[in-house]
Amino acid sequence: MFDLPVLQARNPIIRWSYFVDEWDQIQAALQQHIELTVIAMAIGIVVSSALAGVALRYAWSLPPITAFSSFLYTIPSVALFGLLVPYTGLSRTTAVIPLASYTLLVLVTSIVDGFRAVPAEVRDAADGMGLTPRQRVLQVELPLALPYIVTGLRIATVSTVGLVTVAAIIGQGGLGRLILDGLRRAFWTPMTIGASLSIVLALLLDAATYGAGRVAMPWARRGRAS
Amino acid sequence: MTEQPAIRLDQVSKRFPGSEVEAVRSLSLDIPRGSIVALIGPSGCGKTTTLRMINRLIEPTGGRIEIEGVDVTSRAATELRRGIGYVIQQVGLFPHRTIAQNIATVPKTLGWDRARVDARVEELAELVGLEAEMLDRYPDELSGGQQQRVGVARALAADPPVLLMDEPFGAVDPIVRGRLQDELLALQTRVHKTIVLVTHDIDEAVKVADRIALLNVGGILEQYASADELLRTPANAFVEEFVGEDRGMKRLTLRLVSDLIVTDGAVVDAEADRSAVPPVLRAANSDWFGLTQDGRFLGWVSRQDYEAQPSTALADLPRALPAAQVTPDSTLRRAMEVIMTSDTSTAVVDDGGRFGGVVTLEQIRAGLAAPEGS
Repeated sequence: MFDLPVLQARNPIIRWSYFVDEWDQIQAALQQHIELTVIAMAIGIVVSSALAGVALRYAWSLPPITAFSSFLYTIPSVALFGLLVPYTGLSRTTAVIPLASYTLLVLVTSIVDGFRAVPAEVRDAADGMGLTPRQRVLQVELPLALPYIVTGLRIATVSTVGLVTVAAIIGQGGLGRLILDGLRRAFWTPMTIGASLSIVLALLLDAATYGAGRVAMPWARRGRAS
Repeated sequence: MTEQPAIRLDQVSKRFPGSEVEAVRSLSLDIPRGSIVALIGPSGCGKTTTLRMINRLIEPTGGRIEIEGVDVTSRAATELRRGIGYVIQQVGLFPHRTIAQNIATVPKTLGWDRARVDARVEELAELVGLEAEMLDRYPDELSGGQQQRVGVARALAADPPVLLMDEPFGAVDPIVRGRLQDELLALQTRVHKTIVLVTHDIDEAVKVADRIALLNVGGILEQYASADELLRTPANAFVEEFVGEDRGMKRLTLRLVSDLIVTDGAVVDAEADRSAVPPVLRAANSDWFGLTQDGRFLGWVSRQDYEAQPSTALADLPRALPAAQVTPDSTLRRAMEVIMTSDTSTAVVDDGGRFGGVVTLEQIRAGLAAPEGS
């Protein structure tokens, strides 16, 4: 789409005055980055929960659902953003669709694996005690599937935070815009800031997801009896 | 028995989808209220299928099941199951819930208030012998035997009249299994539930069940009888083979010494004159005689010692061997062991410190010849 100027070694990695001068822009980029991540993850969770629900109910549907999710995952992100522009313009929607799509494979797989890992005898006991299917899923199966689901959420979150930057090519992309700006102007500082904040954001969200999982699963913290 | 059974199976059949043959074929069975009935048979006999049809985890394809005269299909399956205790081999405790929360599952589902649930959980922990400190733990922190106790407590939580148990003690080691069986019997004397228990272990069935339903492949009922009757008079060759060659020995575990007509045997009062001894030895055709004093058994004296010391009073004769003892509550199996290892081939009955007679192999054999309770 454009030629990138070659970065010069003399160009400093970071120029601290940029923080002060461009603070508004940095803040806006960070905020957009978080928003895109959260929206994409939320949509991804809703869609993959529905797909996983279908796959768990009708075992035959798991291979096509997995194949579809894998196919989406294989489309290069730059191409997918570009493909959508004629239909949805340079909008947030264009940014969110690929981001959400890329979460499906890992989320569907982790939800399905989690529910399948619930021991058969636990399910049998829940039914035998007269829990309704809905009570069984919400009170018994979902909590027991959480370790798998939390792991899937962590992977999806970290990869989504990284992928958001690519959406900069359609004028979205949060911190990706800083990176792209730096590349265009052969200027290290915005690149360094954009990339660093993206990494920190990914680590923070990962830690938060992990922590939430620990709080939600107190039984997993206790040791086993001999 | 004209009284209405707690559970009635009437011509119940089950054919699983895609199967040519019926897993259970036209099975009829009346389960009396307050009794323990064991469903037993080889694999493929449909015993677990039958059990799971009672609480509709499996729906029959034919026939009718009634609990207290009411067709089980007349209300929602989930509602039915909340009124039936259910215990399975792998226990199936909820790993993410504490022991107290596990036990409280059905009461909470039924909407009991918190105080009532807490009180019930404590009561059940006491009933099944769980220490209070266990209640805040998670299932993974308990041993297999403790987990199975929790499984029983959880099944009894809402005080259901009927308890279904699917190989409840199959996953624990033999020592713990024996203890849990004893605990179940002790529990039953307090709760008086109608219990249907699936097992593949004839010894377990003989030990815990009031009646045994022996099923053949395809859910064919071969015999439905008390353990004693099943062992004494097997209905056919299949039953005879299933209960095993040692069915006479198994019956020994069903009877107690107190069921026998115990005689005094070759016993003489220590204060008696020496002349009382020869008639006793002759009558019992024995080389030993026992000495009693004030209703207590002192020990055995040999004919040899008696004859070698012609002027010694009976009470002063050497008592060569201590008595091998049983109590009225001992099983006949235990009595037989004692007799086998006793030099006098007898077991002395010790009834709370008092001499209660002498048991011999002949008495045990005679006792077994009669049906139980006669």
